[in-house]
Amino acid sequence: MTDAALQVQGFNRNFGALQVTRDVNLTLERGARRALIGPNGAGKTTLVNLITGVLKPNSGRVLLNGEDITTSSQAERARRGLARTFQINQLFRGLTVLENLCMTIGERDGNCNNLWRTAGAKRSVIDEALDHLDSLRLVDDSLKLVRELPYGRQRLVEIAIALAQKPRVLLLDEPAAGVPSSESHLILDVVASLDPDIAILIIEHDMDVVFRFAKQITVLVQGAVLVEGAPNEIMNNEQVRAVYLGQEGRRHD
Amino acid sequence: MAASETISPERNAARERAAEYLLSRHRFHWQEALPWLIAIAAYFIFPDRMTFGSQVLVMVMFALSLDLILGYAGIVTLGHAAFFGIGAYTVGLGAARLGWTEPISGLFAAAMVSALVGFLTGWFLLRYRGLTLLMLTLATAIMLQEAGNLRSDLSGGYDGLPGLEFKPLLGIFQYDLYGRANYIYALVALAVVFYFVRRIVYSPFGQALTGIRENIRRMHAIGSPVHRRLVTVYTIAAGIAGIAGALFTQTNAYVTLTVFDFDNSAKVMVMLILGGTGRLYGAFIGAAVYMVLEDHLSKLSPTFWQFGIGLLLVLAVLFARRGLLGLLEDASKYFTKRSKP
Repeated sequence: MTDAALQVQGFNRNFGALQVTRDVNLTLERGARRALIGPNGAGKTTLVNLITGVLKPNSGRVLLNGEDITTSSQAERARRGLARTFQINQLFRGLTVLENLCMTIGERDGNCNNLWRTAGAKRSVIDEALDHLDSLRLVDDSLKLVRELPYGRQRLVEIAIALAQKPRVLLLDEPAAGVPSSESHLILDVVASLDPDIAILIIEHDMDVVFRFAKQITVLVQGAVLVEGAPNEIMNNEQVRAVYLGQEGRRHD
Repeated sequence: MAASETISPERNAARERAAEYLLSRHRFHWQEALPWLIAIAAYFIFPDRMTFGSQVLVMVMFALSLDLILGYAGIVTLGHAAFFGIGAYTVGLGAARLGWTEPISGLFAAAMVSALVGFLTGWFLLRYRGLTLLMLTLATAIMLQEAGNLRSDLSGGYDGLPGLEFKPLLGIFQYDLYGRANYIYALVALAVVFYFVRRIVYSPFGQALTGIRENIRRMHAIGSPVHRRLVTVYTIAAGIAGIAGALFTQTNAYVTLTVFDFDNSAKVMVMLILGGTGRLYGAFIGAAVYMVLEDHLSKLSPTFWQFGIGLLLVLAVLFARRGLLGLLEDASKYFTKRSKP
């Protein structure tokens, strides 16, 4: 038995002649806190899409809790405990926040196969949804339509949905992107306080956040892993400095 | 979760409100009785227009089936008449060629055959979306129509199967009352179908359909078997459209290949958009308004009547994006707001 929650082995992916992922190996231990960093266009989101099954790799394997899921559908991976948030919100905008959560729980538990029972008849589902919303301070917004919320709060719903999936592995694609810095700390606090058993991979541009949150860092450049290691190793790495040179002082928020 | 233990009374109240909203949403509102009361009233007010009335009810059921897939699941199709046609011909051929003239079992047979075709075509077609799906559904209906044309020895071709005779309903209702008995028959069938659709719409499955309509990428990401859900609802909608088609044949006592026409697919979509998609009673309002307008305008101007329908559709799409029912909802919200400032 291995304690690796997620293993990516030799991922390659081309878009035509453009190789966007080159022989990437990546392991998330149980409870990992790993950041994936790299300049724009390094292929970070592509890697998340490959892991979650939105895209298929040209070669390579991915294992979730030791089981090969390379050929599994997105939905099957999700049901096995792989959750993600999107860089750009992917929410049920015309539904209430509470419905967004109940839907997630319903699909997770297989309730949504039921055509006859009334949705909402299961109080336990509503209670659990409200618990998740409570932990993100969203209960007061629970009956608002998602599209009526400011973007920062929509970001929280995005995270709440991922949490409601009760994942073993969670991939966060720039969770604070597009959120004013006054609100982004709430999102990052939430991320920092997540269940220590969940393996988390976070894509983030803000180096302060990366160094505060991550215990390991993987640097991706032009689709390939440049280097990985503990934050202080990365900070002092000559190659990493070279890549980021000239990007010093550039803020993404 | 720790948060629920240290909860303040206000937050608890907010939670209760939220839970109550979800739990109460599916309950019957008094407004829901209105369309049914109107349908029953029509029986007494227009006793000589019952054939027309039956046609309206048939189209309501047809539009309702489209609402399930278009309004709730967001499947855009221009070939829904295929299933209406299959249902229509199941009972038509059954009566003309096999002597199967018992009406109620005919409805069941029509539902089964249409649902089966819905399942088989849906399994392939629902991998596609948007324009591709539009063209493929359209092509399916045309192919069925041409298949019928090819075997016009069986189907009667575009001359159809005239003068079909069906057994009296339940062996009781007499022939001379047929126009009126048909209306009651169609109304009861619609009520039964509506009950099923309403259950489905408010079920967890129905919620998942809404999720697919709202954001299919998110549905994949939360582990929803999207294709299976779509095929399931497509099969159900096909079955219901088949029942509507069967009722059409039974109440008219004839059927021709025009039931497969593109016109028929487009018409039912126009009705639904006019009434309001994804809101159950949109099918009622849309089909009724369309049919009554068509009836009046075509008497007014037999060549030019579609202009009126077109104008109404343009106005609805421009100023009432959620259909006539959405307009009514807005109006009732506006007045309740004014009455308690």
